[in-house]
Amino acid sequence: MAAQHHDDDHDPNLAHHFESTEQQRQSAKLGMWLFLATEILFFGGLFVAYTVYRGNHPEVFVFGAHFLDTALGALNTVVLIFSSFTIAWAVRAAQLKQIKLLKWLIIATMLCAFAFLGVKYVEYSAKWKHGLLWAGAYDPHVEHEEAFETIEVEGELHTPEADVEIIEIEEIQPVAEGEIVEPVVAEVEIDPAPVVADPDSSTIAPAARGPEGLAGPVEEADHDLVPVEPLNARVFFSIYFMMTGLHGIHVLGGIAAMLWLLKCLRRGDFDGGHFTKVDMVALYWHVVDIIWIYLFLLLYLID
Amino acid sequence: MSEHTESGVHVASLKLLVGVMIALMIGTWLTVSVTHFDFGVLNIWIGLGIATVKAILVGLYFMHLRWDKPFNAFVFISAFAFLALFIGFALMDSAHYQDVIIPGWPLS
Repeated sequence: MAAQHHDDDHDPNLAHHFESTEQQRQSAKLGMWLFLATEILFFGGLFVAYTVYRGNHPEVFVFGAHFLDTALGALNTVVLIFSSFTIAWAVRAAQLKQIKLLKWLIIATMLCAFAFLGVKYVEYSAKWKHGLLWAGAYDPHVEHEEAFETIEVEGELHTPEADVEIIEIEEIQPVAEGEIVEPVVAEVEIDPAPVVADPDSSTIAPAARGPEGLAGPVEEADHDLVPVEPLNARVFFSIYFMMTGLHGIHVLGGIAAMLWLLKCLRRGDFDGGHFTKVDMVALYWHVVDIIWIYLFLLLYLID
Repeated sequence: MSEHTESGVHVASLKLLVGVMIALMIGTWLTVSVTHFDFGVLNIWIGLGIATVKAILVGLYFMHLRWDKPFNAFVFISAFAFLALFIGFALMDSAHYQDVIIPGWPLS
């Protein structure tokens, strides 16, 4: 009988093993922060791989970053920062019991998450199309006939050694441009011209070619020139897809968590001012944002 | 100025949240624009510095660490500290045998 009475006036949002709502909230928070710490370490392994490989083979990263569109990367950064803002605002709304506002802020955050994945889809499909993929799947190629025409024109140049390298440039260059703008053909003719016109004046730093060759200091490379594809350029794309892929999965997880929040909201969980669930999802989402801030810098903004 | 819930939890003001968001946007613009200048090896450190300031802003204000129990911040920061150790030791290790793999290492 006593137990029955206890259940009746017990706060449904307070689990039995907690003294108070505040204690429950603090426990949830600590658990969440521990989880976020493991998330940092989870991505940490990839950051270690990135750092060690870039430290030892900078030319691979300078080369690979040419194929990432800074504008799209920056757009995604802006989208994620804005979504961080909306979810932070959502926590405030939950704390102040502004349920209607809370609902719209969660939806806005979700829309940003979808926008992020949409941009990512555009980027991924461009790389897929041109074979700029991970490890064994790496097989760069162009599909536009125009690009091949250019190769022929410029292929007249000297020495077998130079020939080989120039063709590599031509095969790659249009791809990089194609990711940024739709009309590829016009760009193709203008951009590679300075590289090819006078091969003797090329200031391309020698790429590391294993035992017989050595990478020049990256800083000396002329930024306007497209670097010759270094050995193991595929490693850049392996790291790129692993890091952005794992991050993308986290964005999907965030969307799932926000759908759950909307379900809780409908059920009226937040009516009494219990904002812990919103708070936890927001913390998770901010970590996704923080990781992207670093990914954007480290993958897109090389060179 | 600062609001609180009924149970006394700090509520971040909307003005502050908007301010932090604007600061983050400016930081993003800054990160992109410094790449147009060539500071040599400093470029990556400038970029990492700006990114870290942005991460700290997100942590302090969006994630409420500023008003939270310090222990939560300690947990989170310790993850970064251990990551730094991990990266540092991995780099030290690989730097020890790169000259065997690549003749002439280190560069320049």
